[in-house]
Amino acid sequence: MSVFSQATQERFQTLLSHYPVKRSALVPMLLFAQDELGYLPPEAIREVGELVGASELAVREVIGYYSMLRLEPAGKYHVQVCTNISCMLRGGDDIYRHCKERLGIGHKEVAADGVFSLEEVECIGACSWAPALQVNYDFHQELTPEKVDEILRDYRKKAAAR
Amino acid sequence: MSQEVKIISKRFDDPKAATLDGYLASGGFQALEKALTMAPEAIIDEVKKSNLRGRGGAGFPTGMKWSFVPKQSERPKYVLCNADESEPGTCKDRLILQYDPFSLIEGMIIAGKAIDSHQGYVFIRGEYRYLFDIMERAINEAYRAGYLGKNIRGSGLDFDLYAHSGAGAYECGEESALMESLEGKRGIPRLKPPFPAISGLYGGPTVINNMETLATVPHIIVGGGEWYANLGVPKNGGTRLFCLSGHVARPGVYELPLGVPFPRLLEVGGGVANGKKLKAVVPGGSSTPMFTAEEAMGLNMDYDSIAKAGSFLGSGGVVILDENTCMVKFALRIMQFYRHESCGWCVPCREGTNWLHLALGRFHAGGGREGDVDLLREVSENILGRTFCPLGDAAAMPTLSILKRFRQEFLDHLAGKPCSCGVSGRPALATH
Amino acid sequence: MADNPTLVNITVNGQQLTAPAGTLLLEACRSAHVEVPSFCYYPGLSLQAACRMCLVEIEKMPKLQTACTVVITEGMVVRTDTEQVHRARKSAIEFILTNHPLDCPVCDAGGECELQDMTFKYGAAESRFTEPKRHREEQQWSPIVYFDRPRCILCYRCVRVCGEGMDVWALGVGNRGVAASIIPNHSDHLQCEECGMCIDICPVGALTSGPYRYKTRPWEMKHVGAICTFCGDGCKTTLGIRNDQIIRGDNRDKSGINGDFLCVKGRYAFDFTQNPERLKQPLVRVDGELRPTTWSFALETVAKRFQRIKSAQGGFGVIGSTRTLNEEDYQLQKFARRVLGTNNIDHHRTADFPALATALAARTNTPGTALPLANSSSLKTAKAILLVGNDPTNQHPLLAWNIRTAYRNHKTRLYVLNSGDIKLRRQAFRMAVIPAGGEAAAIRFLNGEADSVPAELTMVGGPDPKRWPQTPPSVPQKIAEGLQDFRARLRQEQDVIIVFGAEVRGEAVRELVAFGDTLPGNTRYIALADNANSRGAADMGLYPDLLPGYRPVADAGARAHFEQLWGGTIPAEPGLNLPQMLAAAAAGKLDALYIAGANPLRLHPSAAEGLRKAFVVVQDMFLTETARQADVVLPVLCSYEKNGTLTNTCGEVQAQKRGGMFEGAKSDLAIIHELAELMGCGFGPAAEDKIFGEIRANVKGYDLSLVQLLAGRSALAAPLNETVAHRDDPELIQPNNDTLFTAGTLGRYSTTLNSVMERRLQKESK
Repeated sequence: MSVFSQATQERFQTLLSHYPVKRSALVPMLLFAQDELGYLPPEAIREVGELVGASELAVREVIGYYSMLRLEPAGKYHVQVCTNISCMLRGGDDIYRHCKERLGIGHKEVAADGVFSLEEVECIGACSWAPALQVNYDFHQELTPEKVDEILRDYRKKAAAR
Repeated sequence: MSQEVKIISKRFDDPKAATLDGYLASGGFQALEKALTMAPEAIIDEVKKSNLRGRGGAGFPTGMKWSFVPKQSERPKYVLCNADESEPGTCKDRLILQYDPFSLIEGMIIAGKAIDSHQGYVFIRGEYRYLFDIMERAINEAYRAGYLGKNIRGSGLDFDLYAHSGAGAYECGEESALMESLEGKRGIPRLKPPFPAISGLYGGPTVINNMETLATVPHIIVGGGEWYANLGVPKNGGTRLFCLSGHVARPGVYELPLGVPFPRLLEVGGGVANGKKLKAVVPGGSSTPMFTAEEAMGLNMDYDSIAKAGSFLGSGGVVILDENTCMVKFALRIMQFYRHESCGWCVPCREGTNWLHLALGRFHAGGGREGDVDLLREVSENILGRTFCPLGDAAAMPTLSILKRFRQEFLDHLAGKPCSCGVSGRPALATH
Repeated sequence: MADNPTLVNITVNGQQLTAPAGTLLLEACRSAHVEVPSFCYYPGLSLQAACRMCLVEIEKMPKLQTACTVVITEGMVVRTDTEQVHRARKSAIEFILTNHPLDCPVCDAGGECELQDMTFKYGAAESRFTEPKRHREEQQWSPIVYFDRPRCILCYRCVRVCGEGMDVWALGVGNRGVAASIIPNHSDHLQCEECGMCIDICPVGALTSGPYRYKTRPWEMKHVGAICTFCGDGCKTTLGIRNDQIIRGDNRDKSGINGDFLCVKGRYAFDFTQNPERLKQPLVRVDGELRPTTWSFALETVAKRFQRIKSAQGGFGVIGSTRTLNEEDYQLQKFARRVLGTNNIDHHRTADFPALATALAARTNTPGTALPLANSSSLKTAKAILLVGNDPTNQHPLLAWNIRTAYRNHKTRLYVLNSGDIKLRRQAFRMAVIPAGGEAAAIRFLNGEADSVPAELTMVGGPDPKRWPQTPPSVPQKIAEGLQDFRARLRQEQDVIIVFGAEVRGEAVRELVAFGDTLPGNTRYIALADNANSRGAADMGLYPDLLPGYRPVADAGARAHFEQLWGGTIPAEPGLNLPQMLAAAAAGKLDALYIAGANPLRLHPSAAEGLRKAFVVVQDMFLTETARQADVVLPVLCSYEKNGTLTNTCGEVQAQKRGGMFEGAKSDLAIIHELAELMGCGFGPAAEDKIFGEIRANVKGYDLSLVQLLAGRSALAAPLNETVAHRDDPELIQPNNDTLFTAGTLGRYSTTLNSVMERRLQKESK
């Protein structure tokens, strides 16, 4: 039994067909696995490892290396605030602090209701549109605290609607 | 007003260019048609003539890089696109991926023809998921229209291309680390030699270029190497995307000829924001040594001029710092980044970035001690040139440049003078 | 090839050096005694360039270069003694120490720590790092392995030795940057071979061993290079001795035939020596109960009884050990033949050495020359190896290590013929899976000309399902094709080393040798026997029909030689073998059974009843199944407590050195001598060196260099090319089938081995 949906399993198969060596699909597979499950539980690690022919240890070594991969669940909406130089110069720290206050959580913490989690991240390539943050994979740029409030409100609504 | 020359950015305002039809309508794949009739050597010669240099950081001449690939090889050869854009201050590849993905596809097929490779990968940083999706769509469209796969447009040329997602690691921008990552491993750089042109991905000869570099190739093939070279200055052909960020009135990504004077670049961005005075400039991403305002105002923005002045044109990430910027905090934030991104493989980088980060944090928070400034310098010097890969240098170089150019500011901190942080007004002590 | 390498000239610190092309700069420097420090570089393992200790200046190169990765080129000019180089070393040490706790006073590695030594030599006197250090709690990964992350300097030696060397791949690197850490394969614990290689190779005290940690400071021990008493490979284990007790076994010495290698038994199973059940006093049966007594009473009891039986022309049986020393075995068979006057002597056989000697001697080579046996290290450079039967990973860990090394370094082609899914299949160039018991048929096929593969080899589901968990190749046609290809490839090889287990015995050995003779080049052999001195027991003549050196009892010339040497007669008729002796005892036809260091009731439990009918004397460390049936039990010293020699399964003779001491016990040798003395047939002083002198002079093949042995090296003893008349008793070859964590009777008394086994069972049942 797979821990993944049919669609994700198919995606895995497509990915595996892209490389002469199965192991090459490991990093993107882990990311897609995490997209579906919210994190990488042991069952997922085992299954992905078997698909690419890597031991559990080898998969864990890889997970530990990449900052986007995680072994613990994050919130439904993972708020990633960039505070690197270009963002910092345009108030990134304030945005980050604002998020902490609004969400009541700190770095790599998950809110009690599981809706949001927060992370201070390194440069996300939005330097010319700083300050910026990502919620899951969506970019939000040229932020002000007011704009952040709006963004968070929208996501909270989205979460409630489901 | 601007000196902007729209070549690589010519489709950035065309919302249809990210579709095959839109791309073809704007002159797309003309270069490929031409390249299909050219001998591989002729393609490489044209690129050599263009004086195109790598847009990722090191600025190595692209044509020469391609010519290092052996003609005969037992193992398959590969063309890799480095779209792991992660150097702080850099946000240009994003735009190419978003607005002009086919130009990359076209450039990679041409590179494939030039080195006799039939397979390529676009390595896109994991955070750029929406761009990964755009790239995948574009690749699928290209396959359907016969621009990828077997016997491209009836030419007999085969070329397969896939998008590959990273998962968060600056280090994977280093070419051999990228290959390790693409092979499903930790992104630890490889011992060199052998260099990728001889033994790269899966041990096969590999050309790896920055996204902007590869996307420029079609323009060179269409316009000719000489035309492209003449856009820039000697040995620094063409234009490049400059990412203006920080305290600039109109931050943005601007395409300008190489060799453009820095004051002109600043002017394109509308000058320093809020009418403040310029204090310092990062010329090519966070890893490049910084310049003071005076130094910067006398610079021409090309590889050789900046190198002569002691820094690098790097990835084109130009960060503008105004008079209120606290340089201690700036150095601290840079080091927070490199500590976070050090892969941990070698001792000086792993332990050195950690040490500098902790020491700078303490120093900025008011815990500085006599001798700290020299200690920071010596620790940086002990990292410089002694690490396994260039990440150590990337951490040490900006730090050393700040310590040297803004030493007084450090001494002021030590003397208890109020910190000039105009941005957040509070020390940025890392909590993790 | 490597036989005649081109030489390259370089200059180091102004001094001219020459080394073979392909040499690493670091090795070239070290071979000329130019110091180039390093942590991550380790000979034989992949290159890392991670610790940055070996940075040197090379002319025409802009930056300092890692000497561990640079291959020397003609005319290279190198400096290792400049200010810049010294600064680089000093700063590398300084960086390492930023997060390394300075808990040296309580660290197991204190006094044996490479980081301490390097800091002393190259580091700074004071520390400039004043920031908080990272702390992580120590973790226990297995009964053997403990990990202290803050002490770890991330040299990756452990990861590489476990993966590249052991082919276990149980250690990896988690996280990144300053948070990077060595991690075990099962998130919080290790599932591995518990070899301890990672611990020994750790340059600091990050990896420590459960059995040794916090027991002592290294300088309180004396170190004795002893030969391991477990399997037949003959590894050297450096015993750390404090107050006559063995505290530690490890491999820091590296001077043995095993080089870097040791398995879990060699490192940790010495603890049987301190098992509380160890016998400290002789026991004599009084009123049906074994009661403690004095040595003089016990020995007199035995001598008197033996004397009485001898006078009455009663029957004796003698069973020797496969762990006692050559000198003891030699004297034991002398005692049997000369003092007790019987050829009823045998031991637990696990390899058919006589069959190999017979087969090799039967060929038409020059008589009197040494037989073509291979020593253990020759496996490391072999061009091709044929392995028939056995599972060396479990039963011959050193030989398995050597085979893996050969594969890693020379891409040696390994041909595996086995009925099980043995781990060495990963290194196999060709693997033929055959049904259990099909070895002889497979060898006949190899040696035959017929293309058809016998049906018994292609039986569907043939392989032993217990040892072959995955579905075996089940299509007979495929199996047949596989064997044909196996044979065709193998026949193209030359200078093959043929290694075979207990599955190959008697006629099959002769068939195998006949096949080996058809291969081009110099074919050599290794017969695999299970215990530390199995080969020695065979060489010393613990056989009912063979005198020392495989000389037939029936051969009057051979008999005359030893009769003259020992001053008495030897019975001309071959005696009873081990099962025959047990049967004879049960039938009341043996009056006394003298069992020195063996536990025959483990393999023959039903013989217990029969033993009651004879006078049984047992020499052992523990009250084994057999000892419990004895009339007199004499406590003995173990191998680690004696001097003498041992012969490993390949025939490599090595000196055993006394490490520990055990109050109350005597050596088998001393007991044999005292009994001989009491029976009026004195053997002279129980001096090992004197006896070994007799062995050198009288056991064919043992005329070895004493200098070499005394220097702690091995010498290969190969029987000479002479006709051996030995009757095949293939059913007597009974392998132990030990795993890495079992060791016959002895293993049961090792707390460490038991704890490893228990932990594995626990984890598996979860």
